[in-house]
Amino acid sequence: MKKILVLFAHPAFKRSKMNAALRAAIEDLEGVTFHDLYASYPDFLIDVPREQDLCESHDIIVFQHPFYWYSTPAILKEWMDLVLEHEWAYGSTGNALAGKISFQALTAGGDITNYRAGGMNMFTIRELTTPYRATANLCKIEWLPPFAVLGIHQGLSEEECIQRAEEYRRTLIALRDERLDLDRAKECEFLNQDLDAILKQV
Amino acid sequence: MEQFLMQLFIFLGAAVIAVPLAKKAKLGSVLGYLIAGIVIGPFGLALIGDIEAVMHFTEFGVVMMLFLVGLELKPSLLWQMRTPILGMGGSQVLLSFAVIAVACAFVLPWQQSVAIGLTLALSSTAIVLQTLREKGLMNTSPGQSIFSVLLFQDLAVIPMLAIIPLLATAGVHAEAHHGPSLFDITALPGWMRLIVVLLAIGLIYVVGTYASRPIFRAIAATRVREIFVATALALVIGISLLMTLVGLSPALGTFLAGVVLADSEYRHELESDIEPFKGLLLGIFFISIGASLNFTLIREQLGLIGGLVVGLILIKGLVLYFVARVFRMPGNARWMFTFALAQGGEFAFVLFQFARTNGVLPQGLTQTLISVVAISMFLAPLLFILYEKLIASRLKEATPERPADEIEESGRSVILAGFGRLGTDLGRLLISAGIKPIILDHDETNVDVLRRFGFEVYYGDATRLDLLEAAGAEEADLIISTLGDHEKSLELVKLVQKHYPNLKIAVNAEDRKAAFEFMDLGVNTIRRETFGSALTLGQDALELLGFDPYEAYKIRRLFRKKDKETMPELYQIYCEDLDTYRSMYQKHNANLVELMKKDREIDMEELDKAWTAANPET
Ligand SMILES: Cc1cc2nc3c(=O)[nH]c(=O)nc-3n(C[C@H](O)[C@H](O)[C@H](O)COP(=O)(O)O)c2cc1C
Repeated sequence: MKKILVLFAHPAFKRSKMNAALRAAIEDLEGVTFHDLYASYPDFLIDVPREQDLCESHDIIVFQHPFYWYSTPAILKEWMDLVLEHEWAYGSTGNALAGKISFQALTAGGDITNYRAGGMNMFTIRELTTPYRATANLCKIEWLPPFAVLGIHQGLSEEECIQRAEEYRRTLIALRDERLDLDRAKECEFLNQDLDAILKQV
Repeated sequence: MEQFLMQLFIFLGAAVIAVPLAKKAKLGSVLGYLIAGIVIGPFGLALIGDIEAVMHFTEFGVVMMLFLVGLELKPSLLWQMRTPILGMGGSQVLLSFAVIAVACAFVLPWQQSVAIGLTLALSSTAIVLQTLREKGLMNTSPGQSIFSVLLFQDLAVIPMLAIIPLLATAGVHAEAHHGPSLFDITALPGWMRLIVVLLAIGLIYVVGTYASRPIFRAIAATRVREIFVATALALVIGISLLMTLVGLSPALGTFLAGVVLADSEYRHELESDIEPFKGLLLGIFFISIGASLNFTLIREQLGLIGGLVVGLILIKGLVLYFVARVFRMPGNARWMFTFALAQGGEFAFVLFQFARTNGVLPQGLTQTLISVVAISMFLAPLLFILYEKLIASRLKEATPERPADEIEESGRSVILAGFGRLGTDLGRLLISAGIKPIILDHDETNVDVLRRFGFEVYYGDATRLDLLEAAGAEEADLIISTLGDHEKSLELVKLVQKHYPNLKIAVNAEDRKAAFEFMDLGVNTIRRETFGSALTLGQDALELLGFDPYEAYKIRRLFRKKDKETMPELYQIYCEDLDTYRSMYQKHNANLVELMKKDREIDMEELDKAWTAANPET
């Protein structure tokens, strides 16, 4: 059983719908450590050694956050700036994260038609998340495409929310139990675009 | 009595007129005093009587000055200076002695030459240190070198006093052996003498390290200021007597006592208590030097004395320059070193008299030499001005990096007035940021406890100007008042604003009204004592009630911001009318709730809405 660390960032969690639903679906899973960054560091004073320990003691790192300005909420940037130290995360002797699996679980207001060339946001989610992918590459992390919930501004129905949350739960369980076909997953646009297709048969 | 008061009045009056004039003319106070002395002396208006007695008495100013210098030198610092003291000081004294003695030997018997060489090797601690301090050059690196040499010279006086009697050629005058009357150390055999001397120094050390603290604390507890002053004076005078008794220089003894007490929490208090006495005594001492210039003699031997003065300054200058070169001082420092120390010193008056009474030097020659020394001392401040005008200003352009260095060095000093519960944590924070505040506190038990924890705490009332001065308010960047007594704190602010307009001020106010009173004085950095912890506790409360930590944090920040924004408005109302203020204050509290509520609604939601608006599809 693999251990999963969910690094969660939402600056206004009280008003969150989607992320709250996602969180509720996975928070109590065995093998999952849910770590709310804004709650832990309201003043942004990130405890770097503690964060590094957390990373080292888990096999899979998930960055869960709403999509803000084609990127992450501010504290995740601060987290990366401080925690991913030279010769720890990267550099010739920086192998602390090497071989770990990581992906983003993001929720966005725009839907898939906005996220393409000619669409209102001009680029695909995959293009817009390339900095994150490059970071994973530098840190020798095995990158997976994002788990995405799009089109929130269209107003997701209650069932749809529940469905997405259930997908999120299944994804984490599959990863935890090593039942996800990583090679096939990497070819997808989103992890949750066709979950059944990338689950290994038992 | 009247006679005494009259004399005192003349001395003080002359100083009051001459020193401000001299300062105005940028000549420094020492020159002012010297000129005042000439004017009121026997060759001027002839207003004063027994100059020699006055000079002898006021020499004590030098002793006090060395005590004060010692107070500023922690033992560790002194130890660091051992090389310049022994190296520079030693070579300066030996070389000057050798050159002068050899020069004299062409015309005088060798015994006299040796005595003169020894005596003239010394420079004037009083004039030089006073000048350096006045110009703020004490803590520069040439300043330290100069000080080292002076210190060595003061040490060297002791063996000189031992050597001179051995040079006697004429019969010893009857008045010789006018040594200490209580007990004559010279009657003891050599080894006993050494033991007595060591015991005396040991006594100073033991008293300074162990006994002084409880004594000072007990005296501070009486809260009678003049008793503290009396203790400080008694200490200095007592040590001088002890030193004279065992045949050591009193200046050296009090210097040692000063060094021993440099780590004490009463250091600044001692400093500010002794300082005025030292100042006055030294001032009168300088006046008496001016007055002792014997113009009849000088006129009669104009050529000889003039030549000797020039010769003395030249020889000493050359030796100093040579020493400075050997010790690799940079150009600017080298010249300062040379110009500062090229004169005879006040010890020469003592030593020449001593040599005369011991039958080493004849009366006439002594008179001439004393005039030479006095004139060279008179010229010393002028030489320093010459150095500043000619060399320092020219070299400054050539080496611009030097002075900038020094500014940085002295920067970032903070005086923390009041070290109660609030001050303690504040002090800890500053120390953790690498800033070591100078802490003043008026509670002697408090001071004692904090000292044990390694804080640099000094006992004293921060609203006393002299204590602020001694704590370095002149050079400090910032003063923080956390005095528990609001009235005292206001007083301190006024005092600082008046005397140190460049010193930044930050204060702790007990409540809103206290804060307004500081605002009345134009203070900008004001923190209300319990406000910070109230808000933090509020944040904790919200979290315990289940608020998101980040939200609780933001509410605290927002609340503080809002509160700050309402301050000027409330202040306005407070200024206009106190009664309306009270009612408005309550209303404002209600307003505040309103404002806060709005603010929280706006906060993130507004951002979210803005985004939605940019999505036409929704
Ligand atoms: C400051 C801010 C920036 C946002 N930027 C984007 C964006 O760049 N692209 C997008 O599709 N949605 C954007 N959104 C919408 C959020 O992604 C959306 O509200 C969120 O994913 C909803 O999840 P929640 O219910 O957990 O808050 C933004 C929202 C906010 C408040």
